[in-house]
Amino acid sequence: MSAEHLHVVTSDTITDGRRRLGQALVWGSAGVLAVVGAMQTLQTLGSSDFGFQNWRPTLYAYCLWATCLCIAQVLIRGEAGRRTLFVLPAALFVISLTVFPLLFGLLIAFSSWNLSSPDGRQFNGIDNLVQMWGDPFYWNALLNMVWYILAIIVEYAIAFGLALALSSQIRARKFFRVAFLLPLMLSPVAVSWMVGKSMLEARFGPISRLARAIGVDNPSFFESAWMAKATIMILDAWTFIPFMMIMLLAGLQAIPKELQEASKVDGATGWKSFWEITFPLMLPVSVTAILIRIIFKLKLADIVISVTSGGPGGATDTVTSFIFREYRERSNVGYGTMLAMIYLVLIVIFMTILMKWAAKYARPQT
Amino acid sequence: MRGPRHESRGMNAQVFHDAATDRSFRAKWWTSRIAIYGVLLLWAFICLFPIYWTITTSFKMAPDVMKGNMIPWYDFTPKWKGWESIGLSPGTIGQESTVRAEFLKRFYNSTIISLTSSALAVLLGSLAAYGLSRFSFKWAWMKNDDISFFFLSQLILPPVVLALPFLVLYKELALLDTRIGLILLYTLSVLPIVIWIMKDQFATIPTELEEAAMVDGLGIWGAFFTIILPIAAPGMVAAFILSLVLTWNEYFFAALLTSTHSNTLPVMVASQTGSQGISWWSMAALSFAAILPLIVIGVFLERYIIKGMAAGAVK
Repeated sequence: MSAEHLHVVTSDTITDGRRRLGQALVWGSAGVLAVVGAMQTLQTLGSSDFGFQNWRPTLYAYCLWATCLCIAQVLIRGEAGRRTLFVLPAALFVISLTVFPLLFGLLIAFSSWNLSSPDGRQFNGIDNLVQMWGDPFYWNALLNMVWYILAIIVEYAIAFGLALALSSQIRARKFFRVAFLLPLMLSPVAVSWMVGKSMLEARFGPISRLARAIGVDNPSFFESAWMAKATIMILDAWTFIPFMMIMLLAGLQAIPKELQEASKVDGATGWKSFWEITFPLMLPVSVTAILIRIIFKLKLADIVISVTSGGPGGATDTVTSFIFREYRERSNVGYGTMLAMIYLVLIVIFMTILMKWAAKYARPQT
Repeated sequence: MRGPRHESRGMNAQVFHDAATDRSFRAKWWTSRIAIYGVLLLWAFICLFPIYWTITTSFKMAPDVMKGNMIPWYDFTPKWKGWESIGLSPGTIGQESTVRAEFLKRFYNSTIISLTSSALAVLLGSLAAYGLSRFSFKWAWMKNDDISFFFLSQLILPPVVLALPFLVLYKELALLDTRIGLILLYTLSVLPIVIWIMKDQFATIPTELEEAAMVDGLGIWGAFFTIILPIAAPGMVAAFILSLVLTWNEYFFAALLTSTHSNTLPVMVASQTGSQGISWWSMAALSFAAILPLIVIGVFLERYIIKGMAAGAVK
């Protein structure tokens, strides 16, 4: 990012009274939050009754505090506070909706908590970890994620090919662009049903018919483990290839025309020009597209949940769909959260390494 | 490119004959044309056929589905049965019915939730992106780049990590099965994308614009709203539409956190299995009704979606 910041000097005088008012707002609302929170805790523990039905009052007190904090920025710090006000609401929003639940999740991860039983949360130490270690289905789901991510290479190749075709001199470019974009717009659940279940139906599905017509005796797309995995990969690729294609297309259109013409003058044609000019120039865009695609792939769940629910025998499970099923079947949030936390740790490690590696090798090589 | 030039050269072919290499060029040009259009048409077919299949299936009767008939009026007669089952056929759309009420409720939920959360995300995200692109901050140890990274890193967070803690928290906060609960989560999930797009957008706007406005006496917020916002509007539209697509289609959180009151359309689509198999015609009608708004957006606002997704691809 080009760091061209605004430098404006404004003089605003902040009186002591104004500063005190700001501080009073922050601390006052924090006090309200603390009091409401304490009352709620007492109520939950059962030692006294304030008539609270749930934690809503604490939530309202928190919102009040957050608002006061934003207002106080301007009161206390004047112009600098006005600038902070641009970023602060978003930051508060994200922190309260991720950091807090994540810490809370950490607590849940080390407990056994069946939401439908009245016992409530029970701390059970590292039981969940031990159970996870011996859970072949979780390891299997992780391994599946590796396969799903490897499939991105093929998606990338197809997306690149389509982007090249779209960027060449063609007619009806707008039609093709819209048509190619549509799969991305469609709801994965609707796609799962209409493509995954209806079009691939063994008896009447058009794709099964096509398969029979070209000589496959008994087309079944979800019976053998590898076939099912491949089918899920193709379905997911179908929805997400447009995404990579558009990023790559933007990259292709940004390549200066002179470069390609110069290479033509130098006698490079076709393949050679592609590998020596286009591909190296496209490397940064490609890396960005692939990284984002990997991030989305790591969240893959909707299609698996709706089409196969992980079957046959967990062959198509992703981590997300596995945890979803695990929760649906046993309604124990403790174990599922532990699995999700481990997954998060693995993702963070994996993405950090990948991004470091990408930053090292994907500099524009010109 | 090469074709016309060769033709014009061909006009004075009496004097200068095309060299053998040039003629092979021309053949090559034609084969590459055919290959390119072949690829494009094939892929367009792959993209569009499932949509065609969904539309036609919604007008089929059970035997037509079983026989796999595909072309209306040629091998099957279109019937409104599928649309009747969700109360949207011409005959039933005017009258009150439970199926129609159910569909409209889900549709309304989806609309409210996706519009509100996208608007909220664009608002919060644009402000944050603007702040980060214009001023230097130092919060504790975090500088601008760290704060940006903090926002963008939320993209990596898989929904499943937040899902179960949110389930418990929402239960305590009485936010389960409410629209506001889903709106908060959806806003969170699209916020990094909005910030990504908007940072890119603001980076292209020269800072001289605000400087001039501030010399004229506008405050920093005044300059933002009167000068910058109108210029950044295309980027905001792109971010909004992209958010709309993602939130409209979201299934995982909706399936987990809502039950009867604030279900969205994808949840309704996913729960259509009857006891005697799936009635494909009503499934298709429902699916098509669920994807139609996005098809319309895709066809008419394609420009913005592409702009949004291309943001950040090229530096």
